[in-house]
Amino acid sequence: MSLAVNTDIDVKGLVDKVLEAYPEKSRKRRQKHINVLEAEAKDCGVKSNIKSIPGVMTIRGCAYAGSKGVVWGPIKDMIHISHGPVGCGYYSWSGRRNYYIGDTGVDAFGTMHFTTDFQEKDIVFGGDKKLHKAIEEINELFPLANGISVQSECPIGLIGDDIEAVSRAKASEIGKPVIPARCEGFRGVSQSLGHHIANDVIRDWVFEKSEPKAEFVSTPYDVTVIGDYNIGGDAWASRILLEEIGLRVIAQWSGDGTLAELENTPKAKVNLIHCYRSMNYIARHMEEKYNIPWMEYNFFGPSQIAASLRKIAALFDHTIQEKAEAVIAKYQPMVDAVIAKYKPRLEGKKVMLYVGGLRPRHVADAYTDLGMEIVGTGYEFAHNDDYQRTTHYVKEGTLIYDDVTAYELEKFVEEIRPDLVGSGIKEKYVFQKMGLPFRQLHSWDYSGPYHGYDGFAIFARDMDMAISNPVWGLQKAPW
Amino acid sequence: MSQSADKVLDHFTLFHQPEYRALFERKKKDFEFGHSDEKVAEVSEWTKSKEYLEKNFAREAITINPTKACQPIGAMYAAQGFEGTLPFVHGSQGCVAYFRTHLTRHFKEPNNAVSSSMTEDAAVFGGLNNMIDGLANAYALYKPKMIAVMTTCMAEVIGDDLGGFITNAKNKESVPQEFPVPYAHTPSFVGSHIVGYDNMMKGILSYFWDKAEDYSVEKTQAINIIPGFDGYAVGNNRELKRIAAQFGIDVTILSDVSDVFDTPGDGEYRMYDGGTTLEATKQALHAKATISMQEYNTNQTLQFVKEKGQEVAKFNYPLGVTATDDLLLKLAELSGKAIPDSLKLERGRLVDAIADSHAHLHGKRFAIYGDPDFCLGMARFLLELGAEPVHILSTSGSKKWEKQVAKAVEGSPFGAAAKAYGGKDLWHLRSLLFNEPVDYIIGNSYGKYLERDTKIPLIRLTYPIFDRHHHHRYPSWGYQGALNVLVRILDRIFEDMDANTSVVGVTDISFDLVR
Repeated sequence: MSLAVNTDIDVKGLVDKVLEAYPEKSRKRRQKHINVLEAEAKDCGVKSNIKSIPGVMTIRGCAYAGSKGVVWGPIKDMIHISHGPVGCGYYSWSGRRNYYIGDTGVDAFGTMHFTTDFQEKDIVFGGDKKLHKAIEEINELFPLANGISVQSECPIGLIGDDIEAVSRAKASEIGKPVIPARCEGFRGVSQSLGHHIANDVIRDWVFEKSEPKAEFVSTPYDVTVIGDYNIGGDAWASRILLEEIGLRVIAQWSGDGTLAELENTPKAKVNLIHCYRSMNYIARHMEEKYNIPWMEYNFFGPSQIAASLRKIAALFDHTIQEKAEAVIAKYQPMVDAVIAKYKPRLEGKKVMLYVGGLRPRHVADAYTDLGMEIVGTGYEFAHNDDYQRTTHYVKEGTLIYDDVTAYELEKFVEEIRPDLVGSGIKEKYVFQKMGLPFRQLHSWDYSGPYHGYDGFAIFARDMDMAISNPVWGLQKAPW
Repeated sequence: MSQSADKVLDHFTLFHQPEYRALFERKKKDFEFGHSDEKVAEVSEWTKSKEYLEKNFAREAITINPTKACQPIGAMYAAQGFEGTLPFVHGSQGCVAYFRTHLTRHFKEPNNAVSSSMTEDAAVFGGLNNMIDGLANAYALYKPKMIAVMTTCMAEVIGDDLGGFITNAKNKESVPQEFPVPYAHTPSFVGSHIVGYDNMMKGILSYFWDKAEDYSVEKTQAINIIPGFDGYAVGNNRELKRIAAQFGIDVTILSDVSDVFDTPGDGEYRMYDGGTTLEATKQALHAKATISMQEYNTNQTLQFVKEKGQEVAKFNYPLGVTATDDLLLKLAELSGKAIPDSLKLERGRLVDAIADSHAHLHGKRFAIYGDPDFCLGMARFLLELGAEPVHILSTSGSKKWEKQVAKAVEGSPFGAAAKAYGGKDLWHLRSLLFNEPVDYIIGNSYGKYLERDTKIPLIRLTYPIFDRHHHHRYPSWGYQGALNVLVRILDRIFEDMDANTSVVGVTDISFDLVR
């Protein structure tokens, strides 16, 4: 494979041309977020984690989406109240495919939507009283819920409600944790601040207020999976590998997770982080406070999985290292068969990505394993450290776009004409109408898991399915 | 290891393999510190009890699985039905991501709208600058013919003044002075998506109709139809146009999303396609009358239309024979034209189909939930089929609506068990279904959790339908639409019948070839 991509396209010229459409003030701002990766660059040369400009169809969400939707929502044995008007909880109800096992409505609540459904009087007189009552009702109707979180929507911070006071009072009254998150949607510039707030809330309202379970018995092989939301079962397809190499996964953050797993996390020997962006904060905190090291890993595609398993095993003794080698060897024939089956059909295909979290870089080598190459990538809500990490995954000439607008992405794709676009539901149909194969890379397009060796087979099948479907040949009428 | 390249197992089968079953067991036993299986089973049973129902219905503060969204998504939908219109949602940006996602998941189509992306500083100083820059950017990039502005609750709580802001933005040359920028305040803490629809519709009509020079023009014979928020709009609006064409009536559908949310796959992406033209919207002022297909979506709009000297008529999601009769009679009355024979023929075919299938419908008990108008329309249709609407529930339903439902079922022997539940949610319905069971549930995709828990089959007939494809392309209005609805109900009944008679040598006595 070549060392650079997009060598036959004047990508810089394309960027300039696309940006011409903006009014000057906005053009200047957007320019800083788009770049073409240079050889041996230390970072991608783009600004990030800055306010979206108004009126441009940003693909980003909000802090509530980051806290309730991403971090807290998947904790299955707690009830997460969307505190405020009805909409936020309605739109985020069951949207992310955070798989879990439990009796929904009895001891698990992941696919339910609880809201205080604010009315005008709650805005005028404040909603604390309603929150008190809501928590009492939940406690009565859902006795097996192990805790409650209060996820603030925009009005809460604007009308001056004291959800912390309500939470403290109710927690002692019902004898269960009640955890307030100040994740109003107007805070910060994207989902990202919501992740941070949610991490801080776990620090202050879980770690500071409760202890690991007394019955919990540690072993030297205890690790956690942090930043895996179990979309389509990803965390399970990861956990199985960690268990196979001899480790115990004592907590999943937060896909299929429980409050007890959060509480027991300080007992881990090492925290393993998949989605760095959304959960590095809590890992850093545990490093400082409990002296628990953390390590990033990547379970997309066999190259990265093998490298990650070895890196993880190196933190432990020889038995783990030997098992890691045995596990890699065990899966190798299946991996070889998958690659033999799909690579001939996918070799040389160009991919453009636009996703959130870790995926704009983490999935790159899974594509490379199949002979495909990334020609453009970008993040909804990355920070500079994400763009630094990205340089390890993509090649010179790759078009990098931060907080891309629908307009820019559409124009870039039109001009570069990749063979596959990987992004979200809001983008999917735009590109399919253009006749381009597309896979959702937030929800795995209702498939998955994509993590782990088991997931890689599905990933390969799905990419092939998107690219090789006959529908793309039917778009033009024969007359 | 169960995975293989030959037969790739995904989540449907992978997690039922022994290695994963064992993994789940270990996780649960060693790390989750959950409740015992016995305790879970006991509480699970309790949630199905009468005692639980009573506690559940005593709820005052927490809403669980409601059947409503918030105002701006309805406003956005209304705006999207106009030619070249870009909705501009003033407030926090996450809302727009959610609205676009929700509508896209239902229609399987792109959904375009922009946000003014207000953050903390705007919360303190107001969002005027966001409006000024936002309108300029949206106008320059997306080249709309109209930008319709609505609000999120953030902008409402801080009290941003849309009218003033838009004037200000125009004075700063964000968009040309004459460029249409209608607006509506759409607080999420008042009403729901259907009120948002109403507010935006009134906002757009006011923009075009309140210009003084138009007052003296005489009324034409044209008729406006406002469909309301409707997940079946692609099929339904086309059906309305087909009916109007048969009549030979000049009909303008105000907010017509049918072509907007159904663009072809021919290699070209059309950001704007279809929609009610701005010219037709302007001219709609001079129509003789305006018909609302959904009363609860148009309370204020119809009042406004009436004040402009038009006759108005309102329906409640007319489904079935008599509701379609009423609609056609109203069209005939307003237009002075006779109902065409072709429609009478369609009516006869529908009645014939009902006669053919009545034995499978007669006496079947149904729960219905959704928007207030849909529930009314659906309940009336079931009565005609000899089926019994039992629980009729709408989180957006008011006391007035409950009375209206009671009146609709009054006098029909099939409506004797019917009860309307306004302001209640799907967790209430769960209790009702366990304590007063029905044979079928009619609702949307969210009802699949009720189906799983109660084992009562769900028929998806209203927004949102995320987990079935393309239903929205088929009409539910008109005689043809009623036939579609009839077939959907019957298909579910027959599938259920087969599923319940499929155990070889045990229940397959009734596994009949001919039904």
